[in-house]
Amino acid sequence: MPRSVVPWEIERRTLVKAGDKTNPRYGHKPAERPAEEYIRYGVINLDKPAGPTSHEVAAWVKRILNLQQVGHGGTLEA
Amino acid sequence: MTGVLPVTLEESRKIVQALLHSGKEYVCVMKLHGDATEKRVNEVLEEFEDTIYQRPPLRSSVKRQLRTRKIYYIDFLEMDGRNVLFKVGCEGGTYIRKLCYDIGEVLGCGAHMQELRRTRAGPFIENGDIVTLHDVAYWFMEWQQQKDEKILRKFIQPMEEALALIPKIYIRDSAVDAICHGASLTAPGVLSLETEINNGLMVAVFTLKGEAVALAKAVASAEEILNMEHGVVAKTERVLMPRGTYPKCWKSGEA
Repeated sequence: MPRSVVPWEIERRTLVKAGDKTNPRYGHKPAERPAEEYIRYGVINLDKPAGPTSHEVAAWVKRILNLQQVGHGGTLEA
Repeated sequence: MTGVLPVTLEESRKIVQALLHSGKEYVCVMKLHGDATEKRVNEVLEEFEDTIYQRPPLRSSVKRQLRTRKIYYIDFLEMDGRNVLFKVGCEGGTYIRKLCYDIGEVLGCGAHMQELRRTRAGPFIENGDIVTLHDVAYWFMEWQQQKDEKILRKFIQPMEEALALIPKIYIRDSAVDAICHGASLTAPGVLSLETEINNGLMVAVFTLKGEAVALAKAVASAEEILNMEHGVVAKTERVLMPRGTYPKCWKSGEA
């Protein structure tokens, strides 16, 4: 049976269509965003503990960081 | 159930859909309800290394209709009496509890999921930058006291990291703001793109600074886009960057 392609093993090459530069006056490299913005556009790779639901864990993160909206990428209950 | 749970802060919630559809990897302890030989367990696990049918369990958050999910691999790790330890790589939305039940049915003795740890969700892996709730509380307190941005980077990653496995299209500064207003991406705005892009596939539209602008659906393959001079190459589905981050460079209708 042929093993189907595992998404995290796909190798991609970059194809160049045109050349241009980016103006440093606009935007930021993701790692260089100002702190407040860095947090608001941030993701935490959290090790979910046993016991609480994914939803509860996200709510705790929200309280710890004092944020308005915290979500999670895929329930870890089943 | 423990392990990798990507938590999105504020604006990054917009990339949740990309994470939900991303592949997952789990390490699972399955408890057999009767005796089975290691050889037989191996054979049955191998049978499930395929596209499988699953009906979501009674207690689930989606409509309970039969659907298919890909199991990329199941690696048998260890067996102790009736406890079977295995690692499974699968498509997002695969129910491992259901998978264990079905493996038990094929074995004939029955089985249930005893313990589960997620070791990957899309690009996020447990050996990478994973942090505990305690780490989050500790580093956040440190950050508040020292205001050193290096501390933030110890436990928070830019949302772009969550898009690492999605093929990207890099665009000109001048094309950015139109996308932020929901416009489709057209060929002249494209600077470079990754292979393995196909019609209907989700792509991430990025600036040359590596910032995510939007999630979009490609309407042509990478090779086709490379040779296009005009026309839509991807339809914007979810805007990630606020309007006005880059200057507006298009003409308004009434001008």
